[in-house]
Order: sequence, then structure tokens, then C-alpha cells
Amino acid sequence: MCGIIGFISRKKRMIKGDKIAIALDSLKERGNGQGSGYVGYGIYPDYADCYALHVFLRNTPTYHKIIDRVKSILGLYGVVVKDEEIPVKEGVLKKEFIPWRFFYRFHDSYRDMENDLMVNIVMEINDKVDGAFVFSSGKNLGVFKATGWPMEVAEFYRLEEYEGYMWLGHARYPTNTRGWWGGAHPFNILNWSVVHNGEITSYGTNKRYVESFGYKCRMYTDTEVVAYIFDLLIRKHRLPVEYALSAMAPKFWDEIDRMEEEERRIHEAIRITYGPAALNGPFAIIVGTHEGMVFMNGEIEENNTLIGLTDRVKLRPLVAAEKDDLVFVSSEEAAIRRICPDLDKVEMPDAGTPIIVRLE
Amino acid sequence: MIPSAVPPKFKVEIDREKCMLCGRCVEECSWGVYRKERDRIVIYSNRCGACQRCVVMCPRDAITVIENTTCWRSHPLWTIEVREDIINQSKTGRVLLSATGNAKEYPIYFDHIVLDACQVTNPPIDPLREPMELRTYIGKKPKKLEFEFVEEEVEGKKIKRAKLKTKIAPNLKLETPIMIAHMSYGALSLNAHLAMAKAVKECGTYMGSGEGGLHRALYPYADHIITQVASGRFGVDVDYLNIGAAIEIKIGQGAKPGIGGHLPGEKVTAEVSMTRMIPEGTDAISPAPHHDIYSIEDLAQLVRSLKEATRWKKPVFVKIAAVHNVAAIANGIATSDADAVVIDGFRGGTGAAPKVFRDHVGIPIEIAIAAVDERLREEGVRNEISIIASGGIRSSADVFKAIALGADAVYIGTAVLIALGCRVCGRCYTGQCAWGIATQKPELVNRLDVEEGARRVANLIKAWTLELKELLGAAGINAIESLRGNRDRLRGVGLNEVELKALGIKHAGF
Repeated sequence: MCGIIGFISRKKRMIKGDKIAIALDSLKERGNGQGSGYVGYGIYPDYADCYALHVFLRNTPTYHKIIDRVKSILGLYGVVVKDEEIPVKEGVLKKEFIPWRFFYRFHDSYRDMENDLMVNIVMEINDKVDGAFVFSSGKNLGVFKATGWPMEVAEFYRLEEYEGYMWLGHARYPTNTRGWWGGAHPFNILNWSVVHNGEITSYGTNKRYVESFGYKCRMYTDTEVVAYIFDLLIRKHRLPVEYALSAMAPKFWDEIDRMEEEERRIHEAIRITYGPAALNGPFAIIVGTHEGMVFMNGEIEENNTLIGLTDRVKLRPLVAAEKDDLVFVSSEEAAIRRICPDLDKVEMPDAGTPIIVRLE
Repeated sequence: MIPSAVPPKFKVEIDREKCMLCGRCVEECSWGVYRKERDRIVIYSNRCGACQRCVVMCPRDAITVIENTTCWRSHPLWTIEVREDIINQSKTGRVLLSATGNAKEYPIYFDHIVLDACQVTNPPIDPLREPMELRTYIGKKPKKLEFEFVEEEVEGKKIKRAKLKTKIAPNLKLETPIMIAHMSYGALSLNAHLAMAKAVKECGTYMGSGEGGLHRALYPYADHIITQVASGRFGVDVDYLNIGAAIEIKIGQGAKPGIGGHLPGEKVTAEVSMTRMIPEGTDAISPAPHHDIYSIEDLAQLVRSLKEATRWKKPVFVKIAAVHNVAAIANGIATSDADAVVIDGFRGGTGAAPKVFRDHVGIPIEIAIAAVDERLREEGVRNEISIIASGGIRSSADVFKAIALGADAVYIGTAVLIALGCRVCGRCYTGQCAWGIATQKPELVNRLDVEEGARRVANLIKAWTLELKELLGAAGINAIESLRGNRDRLRGVGLNEVELKALGIKHAGF
């Protein structure tokens, strides 16, 4: 059980972070105060071309040594343009970790492969640097999460000071790993961010699948693997996004068998090839995407988009709504109405049918 | 003279009150345990192997077979079995023959692994109400799919559409991840083969031909049969290769890794001779190695040759016995053109194997699956080749565990024979099977009713399939591919750290 909400302005209007916190606060019932988090897209316009790494540093008197080790890894491929503690309001939460951010640019010689390198760097830091966890590694976006109730976490990170055109939020009720800062959602890699309500029963299969492509699951929770599957299928393998989503929430064989031949062949190939990437068990996810997704009609999306998806029998709720340029996706309509009472349209997507919202 | 008879293993008793001297037991016992002498049935218990044919067929339930209680002085080292074997070998000077799988008390890891189920945090799925998918594809898979975008004109408008560029190699489509293992015609009767063929066709799965060629009577079922090419190359010609659904190269067998096979001439009847393409009455000997395979690259060549012979339309599997180095060998196979690797564990059955091999060579299938799956993942090729596990799979729970450890599908052999009537008496190599399964004697073969046999084998596969669906549903999974290699859903009970590490699972409580 977890509460999830996300919204995007199709006109890229900038919206303050406290909005998402107010909405998420009404989903408290779905959490238990053991983890809340947010991600805002477009929040770092001054460093838009830099990777913004958000890193948890274990709160010890020698935490600067951890920073040095992170910097020594980053220094191999580029320069840290700026680094600082993420501004927080002291006294709101017990500070298990010190959240730190690095604005980072690759050397020109690495530009062509910077996304792949960034994935490797994140894996290396999380795997090898004791006391450091990278929890956000995209450009012009940032994840803010901790153990606490939605409002506490928003207050702690002073979310009202950020403006973004897309926000996702998550109130956690931990079911498979203990509530710790790194276990809170969203999970992020590059510009992919995932908030998730549910439990991935195929986690063991998914984890071992992405690991054979070099990803390392180190956050001890099933949602992390969802972010890596998105990155693998859509960014690395460049599957048309509709097909990639179908790989994650596969069509039933009965359905596939009845399709016209060409479509049937495609869906059969997807299930044969990407069976280990299928997400089983109950889930509803909202995903902020990486740029450059390819669509079935050959279009390439240059911007970030918002995707909502449920498992193929819809064992978790998901509702979508629209108001002017704003599109909302959430586990509850109530959360949406909390910040936008007057909606143009509300709909419940079918099981396994994705909602994809693109910028205009 | 040194008396060398050992006490009979079993003691046969007839309740003389119940016996009506109908002579059914005399007729039914192909081992000669009974003889009718005027108004009495005489019993030769030393010939009995407890196949229970007489017990089941006696109209008065008058027969009881019990373990013989003749006492040997007990000794922890010089067990009865050891002493019997020595007595027998000193008499004959021969290799001891045996059948069925490994009979030593090694740990059965399947019985130390427990399964997971959903409680509260996610809902179990009821397979009676929700779809539950077991469909499995066996064969080569691409690492990734590639699409190209083609412009098409639809109703005057030009639109681009994603077309699949990647070609998928031929795969076998299984409706349930349970197949019937290779057991040859010659070792088994034609009726047994026919019953199995009808059953797999009905269940949407496949059976192995075994290494003895394919009898013409099986041709109508050939699209559900995987034809085997073993070192003896019995019955192999281009028709044989092309008629089946897939081809399997047999390198080794779990019950006797490192040696070939031997079908005694008595079992090579006219029909068997025609099917195997060898002279009637001659011993059919499969050499230990394939004489054209002396290393891995030779195997890769044979895989390619078979693919060429069948115009790349048939998947080619390679079967190996689970030995210490199984993971590295499987990796070599995975990097050839082979579509699937079959691993046969040391509990795999056999019609005839030297006892010393059956009981001492090879490793458990559970550990072999885990090792092969892990190694292929390390090499980044696991998803491109299928793993079929066999050797001692006794129930749907074993199937479930094998798949969660990393297999795509399983072969079952002994379980199918039991469905056909076999009582695992372990004397298949004698050709006297009273149940008509492991024999070529027409009067015995006729005892096995093909239709009824097919129904029972199909029942078994369907029952296990149903149980698999229930277990999956309880685990909150509705498609079998989400179970494959999902070791998170397994826990060990009573295993030590080394064993857990080899299996790649956690102990219960963690």
C-alpha cells in the first residue's frame, strides 16, 4: 500500500513544489510515515546542462571523507561544477543522512556516452563507496526523499522553494524492506523517476535480468528495478515506448493469439524476448521519463514525459484527470481534487493500458 | 563349492484361504515367481522384484509381497547392499547392472526448499478466476528486439509504423513447462511410446524420441516429438531429422555420465531393428563419446550440420549429464548455435546402467540448474538459450522449484512410466517388464492399453499443470516467465551455507 501522485503541465508552466506535497498529504492513509518523497523536473534551470547528483551521505563527523571519495570517482570523467548540502530545514526530521548535491559535467571526450557512463558511475558509487547512496542522477531534476510523513519531508527539503513543470510524489507504507531513506520513492536513474504502489512478485527474475546488463540493485527494494528496466528497454534498446510498456505489462496470450498476424508476431516476440522484464504482481506506477523516447509511429520525444501504468489485471488503483494544460495521475482522485477541485475530465485507465502525457 | 545365493529381497505370500487357484498370478508374472502344481501355487520368492503385477491382478487380493526379513548381522560399514554386491560380483566377475535413478541416500535438495505465498501486502491470484499463463517457448531468443519505421499510406495519409526487424529463430511452443524425457523405443515398448505421444499432443507439449529412432507408428505425432541423435546414431536419416519438432543431441545421461548405452540383442526385434536401422538380434551399442565429437568446437559443428540438414527450421538441443563442470560446458553450448541445453541430474532414470555409475557419478540437478543459470547470466547469454532440467523430478512442486532455480522447462521420465503402471522395480534391462512398458515381448506389450495409458499420462501432466497454476497464483504471479530464475521466492530449510550459496537461495527466516 502506497499513495502515488504525479502531474505535468503540457505547456511547461512552472509550479511550486508545495502543491504536490499538499496533494500527497491527503494520501497519508496509504502510508505510515516510514518514507515520503518527491521529484521535480525543471527545478535546476541554472544548471540545466549538468547532471544533478543527489547523494545521501551517512551522517558521521567524517562525512566529508565520503564526499572526497565520490568526487574522486566523478573526477575521472568530468568536473564537479558545484557541490553543496541540499538546503534543509533543521529539526524537522532525524537526520539519518546528509543530503548532498553535485552539479556535474562530463569532459567533452565523454559526451557521446555520458548517459551510459553516468549509469556506471551511479552503480559504482552505490556499490563501492561506503556511506554514499546516489538517489538522483538526472539533468535539471531532483529527487527529495526521506523517512517521514509527506508534509515533514516537504518541509525538511523546503520544497516550496523549487519550481518544476512535472512533479511526482509518493507516500510509503513499506512492505518488503524496512523504511530507510534510500528505500523511499521516487527511484531515479538519469532522467527516469518512478513512484510505485504495489509489490513486484517477479522482482527476483527482473533483478537478475537487469544485472546481466550491468545494473546493480543496491537499494533493497523492488521499485529500483523498474527504473532500470525503463532505462534498458527504452533508452538502451530503443524499443518504441508502447511496446516497451507492453513488455512490462504484457498482453495475455489469449489476446495475442487473436491479433492480426503482424501485430501478433510483434507481441509474441516481445514476450519471448523480454519475458524476464515483465513486471508481475500488483502495481501502479507513475514514471517521469528520460528524453528521446521513440514512439510506435517513429516520432521521437525530445522532452520528458509522464507515464502512468498498472499491472495487467489492475490490482492497484490508478486514475487520470485533466484540467487545461495540467494532467494528473494518482492512486486516488481525492488527492488530485485537493489541489485542483475543478477538473475537466477524470478517467480510469484499463488494466495494463498506459497513460502517456507529452509536452506540447 | 561356495554357496553364493543371497537371501531373496522379497517374500511373497499367498493367503491360501482366499486363493481360488485361478492361476492368474502364474499368467501375469513374467518373472516366473509362480508355478501351478496340481491344487497348489508354488512360490519362488527369489525371482520377485516387487513389481506388484500379481498383487494388483489377483482377483481375490490373496497376494502379499513383503520385504524379506532374513537377518544379516548389522554393520554400519558392511551394509547388506555392499555384501550382496560383493557376493554377486565374485560369482560373475561382471559389472553390476541396475536401472532407475541414483539409489543412494544423497540429500534431495528439492525437499529442503520451500515456496513463498502472498499474504496481505499483495493479493494471491485465483487461477480459477484469473488468467494464469504457463506458455513457454523453448529455443534461441534475441538479446534485444530491433524495429524499423516504415512509411505507409493509409486512406490517403502517410503514416510511419514500427515494424519488427529482428527475426526470431524457430522455438517450440509449450502450453505447460513439462515435457516427457527421451526414453528410446527398444528400451520401451511401442505401446508405451504411443501412449506418451498421444498424451503430449493432447497437452500441447512434447516428448523425446530417445536414441532409438522413431517407429513409423509415431510419425502422426512427430510434430510433438523431439528426435534424438545420440552416439549410436540409431535410426538417424534426413527424414528422421526433418519430421520431428526439434532435434536433440545426446552427449550424456544423468544416470550414467561418461559412458554410452547398450541395448541387448534380445530386445532388438524385427520392428526395433527396422526403426534403429541395425540388424535384428544384434546388440545396439552407443559408444561413450560421439566419434565425431572430441571437443566443444566439434559439437558446435554437429549442431550446425543438423541445422543445415533441416534448413535452420528446427531448434537443436544439446543434452549433457550434470557433472562437476556442468556450468562451463553449458556455457560452451550456449555460445554455439544450439537453442537449448538439457541438463540431466544424477537422479535421472535409466533402463540399464552400471550400478557404480548410477550411484556415484554426477551431481544433483537442483545444484546443476543453479550453477548453469548463474554462469549463463554472468556471461550475459542466459536469456538467449533455454535450459531444460531433468533427472528425478517427481511432482509439480519439483517442477516449480526447478523453474524458480533457473530452468525454462523440465523433462519427466520415471513419473510418466509410473503413470503407465511402472512400480519402479528397477529391472527394465531384463526385457521382462510385466507391465508391458520396458519390454518387446508381444504378449507383455499387449498388456499396456495405449488409449488408457495416454489418458493417464495426460492426466498426470494436467494435474501437475493445475498445481503449478495454483502455486503461481499463491505466489502472486500470473505468468511463468516471472517465476523463471526467481530464486527470491524460494527458501532453504536445513541447508548449510555452502549449499545455500550453491543453490543461490536464502535460508528461511531471511
